[in-house]
Amino acid sequence: MADTRLIRRRRGPVTLVLRVAVVVYLFLLVAWPVSLVFDRAFRASGPHEGGVGAFLERLGDPAAVYAFNLTLTVALYAVIANTVFGVGISLLLVRYRFVGRRVLSVLVDLPLSVSPVVVGLALVLAYSSTTGWLGGTLQSVGFQVIFSTPGLVLATAFVSLPLVVREVVPVLEEIGTEAEQAARSLGANGRQVFWRITLPSIKWALVYGVVLTTARSLGEFGAVKIVSSGAEFRGETATLFVHNHYQNFDEPAAYAVAMVLVLVSVVALAVVTYVRPREERA
Amino acid sequence: MSATDTVARPKPPRQPRQLRAADRLGPASGLGLGVLLLWFSVLVLLPLSAVVVTATEGGWSTFVDVVSQRDTRAALLLTVGEALLVALVNAVVGTVIAWVLVRDDFRGKRLLEIVIDIPFALPTIVAGLVLVSLYGPRSPIGVDVVGTRTGIFLALLFVTLPFVVRTVQPVLEELDGEVEEAAASLGASQATILRRIILPSLVPAITAGTSLAFARAISEFGSLVLIAGNRAGETEVASVRILKFIERDQFESAAVVAFILLLVSALVIVALDLLSRKVAVRG
Repeated sequence: MADTRLIRRRRGPVTLVLRVAVVVYLFLLVAWPVSLVFDRAFRASGPHEGGVGAFLERLGDPAAVYAFNLTLTVALYAVIANTVFGVGISLLLVRYRFVGRRVLSVLVDLPLSVSPVVVGLALVLAYSSTTGWLGGTLQSVGFQVIFSTPGLVLATAFVSLPLVVREVVPVLEEIGTEAEQAARSLGANGRQVFWRITLPSIKWALVYGVVLTTARSLGEFGAVKIVSSGAEFRGETATLFVHNHYQNFDEPAAYAVAMVLVLVSVVALAVVTYVRPREERA
Repeated sequence: MSATDTVARPKPPRQPRQLRAADRLGPASGLGLGVLLLWFSVLVLLPLSAVVVTATEGGWSTFVDVVSQRDTRAALLLTVGEALLVALVNAVVGTVIAWVLVRDDFRGKRLLEIVIDIPFALPTIVAGLVLVSLYGPRSPIGVDVVGTRTGIFLALLFVTLPFVVRTVQPVLEELDGEVEEAAASLGASQATILRRIILPSLVPAITAGTSLAFARAISEFGSLVLIAGNRAGETEVASVRILKFIERDQFESAAVVAFILLLVSALVIVALDLLSRKVAVRG
């Protein structure tokens, strides 16, 4: 700590120039544009009313309510699926050695680098009832995936799949197995070791991963756009609502819903930024 | 075999402890692995294989057909070109931002930390909307880049902002101040310290962050929809091209373009993995 402070004290005008450049860059690229969404969501423009009342009225519109409901439902399923999968696969990857482990750990990261549009296309090619590999079979047992909620859940779970794993794996590696082995040697069974030792030690990483997964799930657009019919009251999620209403020149409604999505992401971000330092200090 | 190789060889193995019984799969963990793999296959592997099979079953000629369409080729070239440019800008700007965050100290720095993560947290369509608010038709500063390549560049810059910053920052924090002190006490100038001591240790992190930014940029979709204009052959990126193919039920062509994007992503992942292993061994 003392070392870095010594170095810091010696910094001169270059530091100041860089500081100003960075602040200006971030202001123009992120802060200003984002703050304008607040402005657009609440200020009157042309024939549209401004203020909190009008804002809430737009959010209370049945189409917006439907969109939020659908988004929350889809996100809930996706988060549950990814949490179970994430914890399970992290434990297996870190605590066990098996053939193909290395390949699996690379594959698990794959969804983050696949374009959302490609994710949508992949799900359509596999599960569409007309052209998909398994779509016909699923259709015959009365289960439609594409253009219905299961497709939205799959798309959302796909894009946010690695987020829990990425948080939990490093922590599992770091804590090692001493405590778990001690517990086991004292007679604890696998389940007890997991609930009493492993889970408490990965708690914050898991919280972090779940928050990130939730934020990503609520905000997914590309993959969802392709597997959903996207029409009002028929598969229109909150992000699709923003897109459709902006394209149809209903900017106030688009900005109102976008405003909510911005708030959700900022809250998620704040949680994550304040959770992480606490976990590191502990 | 050179002398350095033989010297480097007897390094302690990375996994010094013996394989214990608990490290091998038992019946319960084996079953768990099976179930998780099944879900992973249904969710990820099977759909992605469908893309690969659909793209390749038509053989080489379909591939050539699709890629030689003027608009598709334009879209691919535009995407890769913009992504390269954005990655390069990020390599420089991201490193500078990381530097300021680690080495500088001022009021409101914590706020900057949050600002940097906002592009990751925002839904992509909202990111597009956000940019259109300042740089669109109703811009308060009179700048309208909607429907131009500058718009695409701006959107990509926005969504890739955190990659380099977040990979370089931790490495910079770990750097040993004493080495710099020593160099300075031996008469090295600030520029020399930066060039000879700081930058070399940052290069792996900068490379990793830049490749991540590149991979994200070539696959970006949501933030571009509102700002790019999506005119075929001019401001249409690869992912929008795929969407248009899907909407016209031309799944084979869509799969071919998707396959090319997948290949590039896979290439970047493998390169990154090799790179990080190299860094881990060295460190």
